[in-house]
Amino acid sequence: MIVNWTVFIIIVGCALVTMIPRVAPFFVVRNMVLPQAVMKWLSYIPVCIFTALVVESMLDKQSGTLHIEWPAVIVLVPTLLVALKTKSLSLTVVVGVVCMAVVRFFW
Amino acid sequence: MLTHQMECTKEVPIASSPTFMEGVRDCIPTLLGYISIGLAAGVVGAASGLSVMEMGFMSLLVYAGAAQFIICALLAVHTPISAIVLTTFIVNLRNFLLSATLAPHFGKYSLLNNIGTGLLVTDESFGVAATRLASGKPLSNRWMHGLNLTAYIVWVISCTLGTLFGNWIADPQMFGLDYALTAMFIALLVLQLGNVVPAKLKHYLKLMAYMVIAMVVLSLFVSTQLAIILATVIVATIGVVTER
Repeated sequence: MIVNWTVFIIIVGCALVTMIPRVAPFFVVRNMVLPQAVMKWLSYIPVCIFTALVVESMLDKQSGTLHIEWPAVIVLVPTLLVALKTKSLSLTVVVGVVCMAVVRFFW
Repeated sequence: MLTHQMECTKEVPIASSPTFMEGVRDCIPTLLGYISIGLAAGVVGAASGLSVMEMGFMSLLVYAGAAQFIICALLAVHTPISAIVLTTFIVNLRNFLLSATLAPHFGKYSLLNNIGTGLLVTDESFGVAATRLASGKPLSNRWMHGLNLTAYIVWVISCTLGTLFGNWIADPQMFGLDYALTAMFIALLVLQLGNVVPAKLKHYLKLMAYMVIAMVVLSLFVSTQLAIILATVIVATIGVVTER
């Protein structure tokens, strides 16, 4: 088993910058009661962030310019339908993965 | 990290608050997602030259789906350390919003216990917890640890196995496994909307439309990862302001 020194430093660095945003809010919120408006704002976060993540999967900016990831747009339709119909996480994942494999095969 | 959590789960049970085992059970529907994404991440890791040990370390310490894919991709093209760490920071910054949403519900537990909870929050475990909250059920630290630890263990095993298998699989994308991540987000979004009061559904659908617009427009100027955070902050604010 080999662990490259540079890779190890990168992993530790990435771990630290990931831990900070994960833990920081717990330190802040402990010592204060949040105002009603902030609680309301936080209640919108789940829907907003999952919408953002789904939209992000359909965008590609790796080459510097923004492109639409068409396979992801196509697969969104059957995956969303299954999610709405079944409300099942597992089934949605299976259908999404299979549809993506099929679309990529023909794309 | 693990030992802390194990100790914390030994707290005196509080009546009617969900148990550790209930958390484990509530994690099960998401496991297929963790397994497929973990395997895919492992295969990608192997393809970018990571050893099984290195990938194991990464999933243990970083523990973040999308970020691990990106780290592997950057390692493969020999990106400088600072750039990889900065990118990871931006990609995982949204965790701040997730933890901020959950934290008010864990105020009564010890700081150490809260750190244990926060360290293992993922998009998916957040989704399961937020869905539980939206349906009016209480959260507890034991339940959250059950949920988090189950996901964590399955993730680390899946990533490690993926790297082992990686040598035999040429192109992981061909199997569509990486799409498990997005499929899970779609299902979690639908579950969230399912718990919205019918009178407010129109308000939420409008906000989702704003999200799509904000994501596309912001992505023209900043990275798509940064756009996620900015768009969420902007549209959640619009949500509060336009709420009747």
